[in-house]
Amino acid sequence: MPAATETTYREALQKSMFEEMDKNADIFLMGEDIGRYEGTFKVTKGFFPKYGTRRVVDTPITEAGFMGIATGAAMAGLRPIVEFMTMSFSILALDQIINHTAKIHYMSNGIVKCPIVIRGPGGAAKQLSAQHSHSLDGWYAHVPGLKVVAPATVQDVYGMLKTAIADDNPVVFYEHPRLYAMKGTLPDHEYSIPFGKAQILKEGKDISLVGYSLMSQINLAAAELLAKDGIDAEVVDIRSLLPLDTETIYRSVRKTHRAVVVYEDWKSGSFGSEIHSRISEDCFDDLDGPVGRVGGLNVPMPYSRVLELEAVTNEHHVVAAVRKLL
Amino acid sequence: MAKQAVKNSTESPAVLEQYYRDMVFLRHFEEKCNLAYRQGKVGGYMHTYIGMEALAVGWLESIKKGYDYVITAYRDHAHALLLGTDPVAVMAELMGRKDGTAGGKGGSMHLFDPERGFYGGWGIVGGHIPLGAGLAFASKYREEDRITLNFMGDGASNQGVVFETLNMAGLWDLPCIFIVENNEFAMGTRLEYHAADPELWKRGIPFDIKSERIDGMDVIQMKNDAQRIVDWVRENQKPYWVEVMTYRYAGHGAADQDRQLYRTKEEEASAWKRDPIKRLEAILLERKILTPETVEAIDAEIIEQVDKIYDAADASPHPDPSEVYDNIYTDMDVEKGH
Repeated sequence: MPAATETTYREALQKSMFEEMDKNADIFLMGEDIGRYEGTFKVTKGFFPKYGTRRVVDTPITEAGFMGIATGAAMAGLRPIVEFMTMSFSILALDQIINHTAKIHYMSNGIVKCPIVIRGPGGAAKQLSAQHSHSLDGWYAHVPGLKVVAPATVQDVYGMLKTAIADDNPVVFYEHPRLYAMKGTLPDHEYSIPFGKAQILKEGKDISLVGYSLMSQINLAAAELLAKDGIDAEVVDIRSLLPLDTETIYRSVRKTHRAVVVYEDWKSGSFGSEIHSRISEDCFDDLDGPVGRVGGLNVPMPYSRVLELEAVTNEHHVVAAVRKLL
Repeated sequence: MAKQAVKNSTESPAVLEQYYRDMVFLRHFEEKCNLAYRQGKVGGYMHTYIGMEALAVGWLESIKKGYDYVITAYRDHAHALLLGTDPVAVMAELMGRKDGTAGGKGGSMHLFDPERGFYGGWGIVGGHIPLGAGLAFASKYREEDRITLNFMGDGASNQGVVFETLNMAGLWDLPCIFIVENNEFAMGTRLEYHAADPELWKRGIPFDIKSERIDGMDVIQMKNDAQRIVDWVRENQKPYWVEVMTYRYAGHGAADQDRQLYRTKEEEASAWKRDPIKRLEAILLERKILTPETVEAIDAEIIEQVDKIYDAADASPHPDPSEVYDNIYTDMDVEKGH
């Protein structure tokens, strides 16, 4: 049996970055408070002492500016990993990411490459309120030229970050603040996980719960609750929003004939809505009922814990949606 | 000023004639672009460099072409041409053709030629300024002595991201020259209506960046100043902020049909007296490097050259519709169909 170590999602990210930075001196980190301060969520703990100011670049609080500088460095062949303290702050850099980073390759008809990883936590942590909590992954997954992934497990966050760093295209790498402390077992050998491959986290025959990032863990919790009532839910973790592996999703839906799409983003106009519409469009003949949808409330994230819990999608919302369909 | 510059100039007659030919070439190339636009061969937005030729010639003659990095906004034909990008490919790109620099995907505003150190060609005003600093970041990271020329218009100098970039360039000593091509207008808005302090040269100072204003209408002076600054930046590996005074004889873009909305005909006529081409021509005639006859011959030769470029570009086919999907990613396709 291969050796494995119990580790956290955060440590898996660190291990992945350490290994890649040791191998390739063109990789460097850039972001706010990532060096001396070790990162707000401590993902970059230990990097500054090891690699120093050249490869671990503490930036001023100027998201658009450093996103652009990293993009320029990537055009010149370096391989930056940019951390946003939270992905909510990446909104300040949207013009850089969407109008510049994502379009360089196409506008130059392939003669300029932009190998860059844009990573950070997205989604609600705990009482960080309206400007630090939103899940904007769907915004990025809307943009041709970007790849967007949102791993849900310790094994995936390690292996998919490796793929992101090796990729010659800009990759938006969504972590989740509520997953950083989650534990799992990580094989002791190095590996990477290709993008565009969804996975079945739990097999089931009655209904498909489709999600990504934290919501895949929420779907596992919902499946456990449903099992107590004799409902056998299948949990489909899409892992990668762009490219999207519709085949794995459809295969599951063709097996269970029912689906609920679960996401943390605002319910209206989200990437979850996109998955929902695809299942409805492409699996119509396989469905025994309408496709369900569970999303975050369409409200700015409130501060009060009571209100926040009301706003964020949880396993009970998923269970309720399943019951409505079955 | 012109006479002083000529006295101080150390350039050989051959070099001066080359500057002249380069400027005349740019002028005729841009005029041909305007014609192509009026003919409907070029679409979208297109911005010519007419009147500003001395600026680009001076700067690009001061760098190590193909080694140093150059980036600019959407008024980008001159920079690409002076770096040696195939003029047929540039014209074909404007026409949206298969043999264009980007196979017709970029157009006038998005010329790229990384082999010659040219990284665009950008359409969001001021948006490319951090990218240019990123090129300089890369050369510093690799401990090379490349420098980056990072061009922008006076309008761009107001963008927030420009100030963010200046702060980091000053903080990290990036070997990047920020060049404000101050042609006095941000599209149709005159400098004094868009800048709290129209002395844009001062904007590097708060970031501990050496800053100055220079004239960009005399190519000899421009070259001397540019060379001095390029050499300083290469030597000291620090940024520089330069405001270069020039004038855009053309409208903002080819679609700018009514320049009288923001300036008078008298002002334009007066500005034409500072035409950088006529200015160098006078020096060349005075020094007997050229004669009225050779001036005419050069003009005719370049007009013919540009005509051939136009014809060759126009002979290039349009891209096949299937190419719409190409080169979004290096390694994967997007889903096809509407």
